[in-house]
Amino acid sequence: MLNLSQEVLALREGAWNRKIDVRDFVTLNVSPYYGDASFLAGATERTKELWETCLIAMKEERERNGCRAIDTENISSITSHGPGYINKDLEVIVGLQTDELLKRAMKPFGGIRVVEGAVAEKGQQVTQRVKDVFNYTKDHNNAVFAAYDEEIRNYRSQGILTGLPDNYARGRIIGDYRRLALYGIDRLIEAKEEDKRLVDGEMTEHKIRLREEITDQIIALKDIKKMGEMYGLDLARPAQNAREAVQWVYMAYLAAVKEQDGAAMSLGNVSSFLDIFIEKDLAEGIITEEEAQEFIDQFVMKLRMVRHLRPEAYDEIFGGDPTWVTEAIGGQFNDGRTKVTKTSFRFLQTLYNLGASPEPNLTVLWSQNLPEGFKEFCAQVSIDTSSIQYENDDLMREVRGSDDYGIACCVSYQELGKRIQFFGARVNLPKTLLMALNEGREENSGQSLLEGIPSLQDEYLDYEAVMANFKKSMVEVARVYSKTMNIIHYMHDKYYYEKAQLAFVDSDPGIDMAYGIAGISIIADSLSAIKYGKVKPIRNEDGLTVDFKVEGEYPKFGNDDERVDNIAREITKFFSQELAKHKCYKNAFSTLSLLTITSNVMYGKKTGSTPDGRKAGEAFAPGANPMHGRDEHGAIASLNSVAKLDYRDAQDGISNTFSIVPKSLGSDREAQIDNLTGLLDAYFGLGGFHLNVNVLNRETLMDAYEHPENYPQLTIRVSGYAVNFIRLSKAHQLEVIARTFHERM
Amino acid sequence: MIKDGLLVAQEVEQLNTGSSQQLRVHSIESFGTHDGPGIRMVVFVQGCQFRCLYCANPDTMDVKGGHFLEIEELVSRAIKQKPYFRKKGGVTVSGGEPLLQRSIIKKLFDRLHEENINTVLDSNGRLIDKPAKDLLDVTDLLMLDVKHFNNEWHKKLTRVSNTSTFKVAEYRESTGKPMWLRYVLVPGWSDQEEHLHGLGQHFKNYKTIERVEILPYHQLGVHKWEALGMEYKLKDVNPPDTQILEKTAAIFRNYFQDVRVN
Repeated sequence: MLNLSQEVLALREGAWNRKIDVRDFVTLNVSPYYGDASFLAGATERTKELWETCLIAMKEERERNGCRAIDTENISSITSHGPGYINKDLEVIVGLQTDELLKRAMKPFGGIRVVEGAVAEKGQQVTQRVKDVFNYTKDHNNAVFAAYDEEIRNYRSQGILTGLPDNYARGRIIGDYRRLALYGIDRLIEAKEEDKRLVDGEMTEHKIRLREEITDQIIALKDIKKMGEMYGLDLARPAQNAREAVQWVYMAYLAAVKEQDGAAMSLGNVSSFLDIFIEKDLAEGIITEEEAQEFIDQFVMKLRMVRHLRPEAYDEIFGGDPTWVTEAIGGQFNDGRTKVTKTSFRFLQTLYNLGASPEPNLTVLWSQNLPEGFKEFCAQVSIDTSSIQYENDDLMREVRGSDDYGIACCVSYQELGKRIQFFGARVNLPKTLLMALNEGREENSGQSLLEGIPSLQDEYLDYEAVMANFKKSMVEVARVYSKTMNIIHYMHDKYYYEKAQLAFVDSDPGIDMAYGIAGISIIADSLSAIKYGKVKPIRNEDGLTVDFKVEGEYPKFGNDDERVDNIAREITKFFSQELAKHKCYKNAFSTLSLLTITSNVMYGKKTGSTPDGRKAGEAFAPGANPMHGRDEHGAIASLNSVAKLDYRDAQDGISNTFSIVPKSLGSDREAQIDNLTGLLDAYFGLGGFHLNVNVLNRETLMDAYEHPENYPQLTIRVSGYAVNFIRLSKAHQLEVIARTFHERM
Repeated sequence: MIKDGLLVAQEVEQLNTGSSQQLRVHSIESFGTHDGPGIRMVVFVQGCQFRCLYCANPDTMDVKGGHFLEIEELVSRAIKQKPYFRKKGGVTVSGGEPLLQRSIIKKLFDRLHEENINTVLDSNGRLIDKPAKDLLDVTDLLMLDVKHFNNEWHKKLTRVSNTSTFKVAEYRESTGKPMWLRYVLVPGWSDQEEHLHGLGQHFKNYKTIERVEILPYHQLGVHKWEALGMEYKLKDVNPPDTQILEKTAAIFRNYFQDVRVN
């Protein structure tokens, strides 16, 4: 059964021949690369011409209010749409989500009303036939609300719990798409059939569910084979050369994004896997470096063209129409070798060959031991394109264990093919603090959401009393948050199960429940102001705080000052431990993120004045960033504060966005590359978890704000993802420009 | 007190009390990439007697401004930054004028050396006495800002003479320890060819000069002058264009090995 793959490739055998185990295959056959970037090739003429077509289509998309076309007739599925091409004659890697470039498809099982709304916003209508379907079945959205209680509804409508995936697809699950290339559909079905046979005996709820899920996965695998046939590809068998390996991996991913419109649908960690096939073909003289690069360029081009149909309101939470096709690059094996291969370089090279881009969301797994040539190339690409984010590979491997993982969504570790994740959006923690100061009432409406929070009557806020109230509030919020998540994911499994992705994951995978909090720096500063300064609440006639008068200096998060940095650590630990006390659906493991995506603007709008002196409506800092303008000692002090947040308390990730003008990075290019490399080594050496790196001039952003037409590809990175700057709302654009640039005056 | 749009000359004796463990500081930049080699923590000290017309940090002039920081506080900040310094980086004390607090900075540098942290002093060479020499002796790299070669122009630009700046250079040369010269290029004020050559001639035989940095004049500090109620007299002077910068660099290259525009 696997002999075919072996014969053709003559690769080193191991456990991967006996069972589904891509990691074993990679470990045995990879060729780590320790050199520099000098071997890389530019884009071929075919690639350039294709990309030109894509650029024109993207321009049309912008001109049509961010949506080039919609198929309002068909529900998208793995096989719903016939083959689509950009320009068939030029494509070496094929496949589009629909039959036309940038035409968006309806995936209504997350919530038909959201789809109807999104279509209506573009002046079109969902065809009656599709609407009728939902007279006979439920969608995820309806199902969740059928189970929500009043408390959850109140927390949701008052914005304590925000961005919940209860009316859109949860995403975050990464299929191990490499499996299709290594094994082919037939072998994968065989393995799933075997798994299903083993689920026998007394039929517990768990087993029943599992048998149903595996059956769905097999259906998906069969559909993927059919989808391949539409493109003339025989996906039943393993890939037999480099081009096929790239094509097969893309087909597996394409099936996922045809079936689902999850908020974030990562690619995984495919570059060094593909490198094995590329190296072999290069060694045998079957392909040249130009062709190898062409496969990767065209693969990446396809990933850049992935689109989902989103309502305009969605843009408020996730600005800039992101898809989070996150690809993790680099890192080390647990055996000490580097995972960096020439194809790690080739992926980064696409940012030159096709220009800067937010997608795929290229994420470098940074280790102190990465080869120097690779570190320097990463720094150089960051300086030139601002399109890379970095995560601490040493830390993730140490805490989470596996060296074969991808990054789900923005920053979250996910072992490939072995574990999945339940996306949990986040709690607005500053609003939780305000409830603690207002006897459990929401600060804008006065609606009482929490019982038993004592009233605070002193003229100045007392730290101990505030902390006691705040902890009580966090305990309650954690309780409500946990039950909400369980309902959401139970229903998502039931009504919008990701069969195409889970077909490429072990049948009974480990699960992380990915809780999140927004506003940690506001919390740290607020509590610090109360503890070290004097904070006087100003209340309206209903006794609700409308503002705070802050007297005296207080240490602020972002200045490498233990007094306040410890508060941020303590609160993170406390809330994380509270969440972990609750039982999760499917026995998921509780994790927490300090992450906001671009929602920091929206959270700010909905949150009243806070005791740190932040006024009502002002944006939060993104992720775990210090509040802008408060990090008074420059970039390193700021990085050091964030690095103190303990990953063990926030295993879903701690995002940090670093923006700097090129000149501040060093006086010449050599110094800039050297300093950025040094900065990354030191930050991660100190336990920092994640860093977005933007190297941009404020003037460039201002000009792009005024003249978006001149900056079609300008990319910036915010809180764990990259975004095309001109596709952000004007409000978001201004917020990004206003955010601290580390710029010495 | 401000007179003629400028802070008046100030006595500075009290700034350098030998017994003090506190430095009068304006601010700290943790990610300094332009004030010496590598990544550096830059301590901008408060107080300066020069009244440079183009000063980008006029808020560091007043010897009574700023705030006090314990030497140990600065050392502990530097230690926390050590992973960023790697082989080349370290701590730079800039200003303001560091020599005004020479005895205290000497203590700071001694402590940094105990922690194996490299020290750079960015100075205009305002004075040279025994404590100043002691400080220079524990300074791994001196960045000496020469504002002008010609004393009359120097006075016009800074209100004070350049004599001691040259004495500081002379002392540094005698110790054999490395130094960089820094030269702020202000069109119409410090770009006269004869004086650029004069500077080159004067220093061409110095063996301790490793690098000459040309700092292009900029107007980023103008708003600070206004905020301080002082008058910015170079409003009409534009930053040097590439041509002037290249010409200046070419002149210096006649005399020095390593000339860079920072």
